[in-house]
This record gives sequence, C-alpha cells and structure tokens, in this order.
Amino acid sequence: MARISGIDLPKNKRIEIGLTYIFGIGKSTAKKILSSTGIDLNIKVNDLSEPQVNLIRQAIDKEFKVEGDLKREIQTNIKRLIDIASYRGLRHKKGLPVRGQRTKTNSRTRKGPRKSIGSLKKA
Amino acid sequence: MGRSVKKGPFIDESLIEKIDKANSNNDKKIIKTWSRRSDIIPDMVGHTFAVHNGKKFIPVFVSENMVGHKLGEFSATRTFTMHSGDRKAKVKQGAGKTGSK
Repeated sequence: MARISGIDLPKNKRIEIGLTYIFGIGKSTAKKILSSTGIDLNIKVNDLSEPQVNLIRQAIDKEFKVEGDLKREIQTNIKRLIDIASYRGLRHKKGLPVRGQRTKTNSRTRKGPRKSIGSLKKA
Repeated sequence: MGRSVKKGPFIDESLIEKIDKANSNNDKKIIKTWSRRSDIIPDMVGHTFAVHNGKKFIPVFVSENMVGHKLGEFSATRTFTMHSGDRKAKVKQGAGKTGSK
C-alpha cells in the first residue's frame, strides 16, 4: 500500500493517475515526478516496490508543496488580501467572483445554491 | 498577463513628484491623487493617500503588504445597496419557501 504525504493512493490505477489524488499534484506534475525518478508511468500503484515509493516521496518533499502546506499557503494569501482591504480581498470576503466576472447571472460556484427571495405578498 | 518586469512598476509622473517632495521634506501629509492606476512602491509606505473613487477621495494608509498592488484597489468605486426584500426574506426563511412570482 502506497501512502504518500498522508494520502492513500488508489491501488488499481496507473501511478501517473494515482499521484493526482494528492492535492497539489496534477497530471503534468505527476509526469514530471515520474520522469525525474525514472519510474515508468504505466505501472499500477499496487505493483510499485517500496524503494520506488520512497523515491517518489523524496521527489515530492524536495520540490513540491502539497496537501496541508499548500492549502495553508493559499489561505494565508487570501487572508493577506482581506487584511489589506484590497478589492480582491473584499470579493473573497463577500464570496463573490474575484476576477471581474459578471454576477448578474451565473457565478454560482462562488455564490452557492440559488436563494429565492420569495414574493412579498402571500399567494 | 502580468506586466513585463523590465519596465518596472508604473506610476504617474505627477504622483512621483508629489512623493519625492513629501519624502525629501519628511512630510506625512495626505497626498491627494486621481491616479488609481499607479502601482504602490516601497517609497510610498507610511504615507496616506486620498485616492479618488470617481466621487470622493478615500483615505488609504499604505502598509508594507500593499506594495505591488495598485492604488485603485483600495478605493472602492461601487456602493452596494441591499435589496429591499432582503430583511424580510431572512425572517421568512424558516417559514418554508414561497413561489417566486
């Protein structure tokens, strides 16, 4: 069982895909890690040997910020924007899109499910 | 896309003059400016700017973390007025949904 940076990798997937289960590692980062360690990216996670797993672990520790560390960094970056009261910080605080998208319609990802205001008169 | 590093930060000439003057006189008076598009550079830290928002001048005290942002980011141009129904909707929320006619 391969356990890397606190995440159990899926057993029956190719390692290239398995690594993307770690927050902060996508397909291109996974490829980079595997080519730098010289591991075939078609091996199933189950078939990895222990030294290979360790090699991957070291490569990730050395080069990339993943999981908790990365999440914390993102949060501090957002907090900084809020603390200096910049426009982007305000948008984060209000839970609205930050990069100038329209809000008349759409932007449901940021705003969450629709809240109906309800008619004022009783029907 | 970001601005080329080669060019350095952009600041309006008029604002540079004002800052240089204030720095050489050790003057911490509020600097009035319309130049929302100017980058904040380390020289500006500690000064207070009155940044125009299209209607009023909003006082912005520049701290170290603000370096690299633009002055306009700290002087909001829009006012959000709450929807008139919002307060009632909040009270009603527990009482079940009514059709939105």
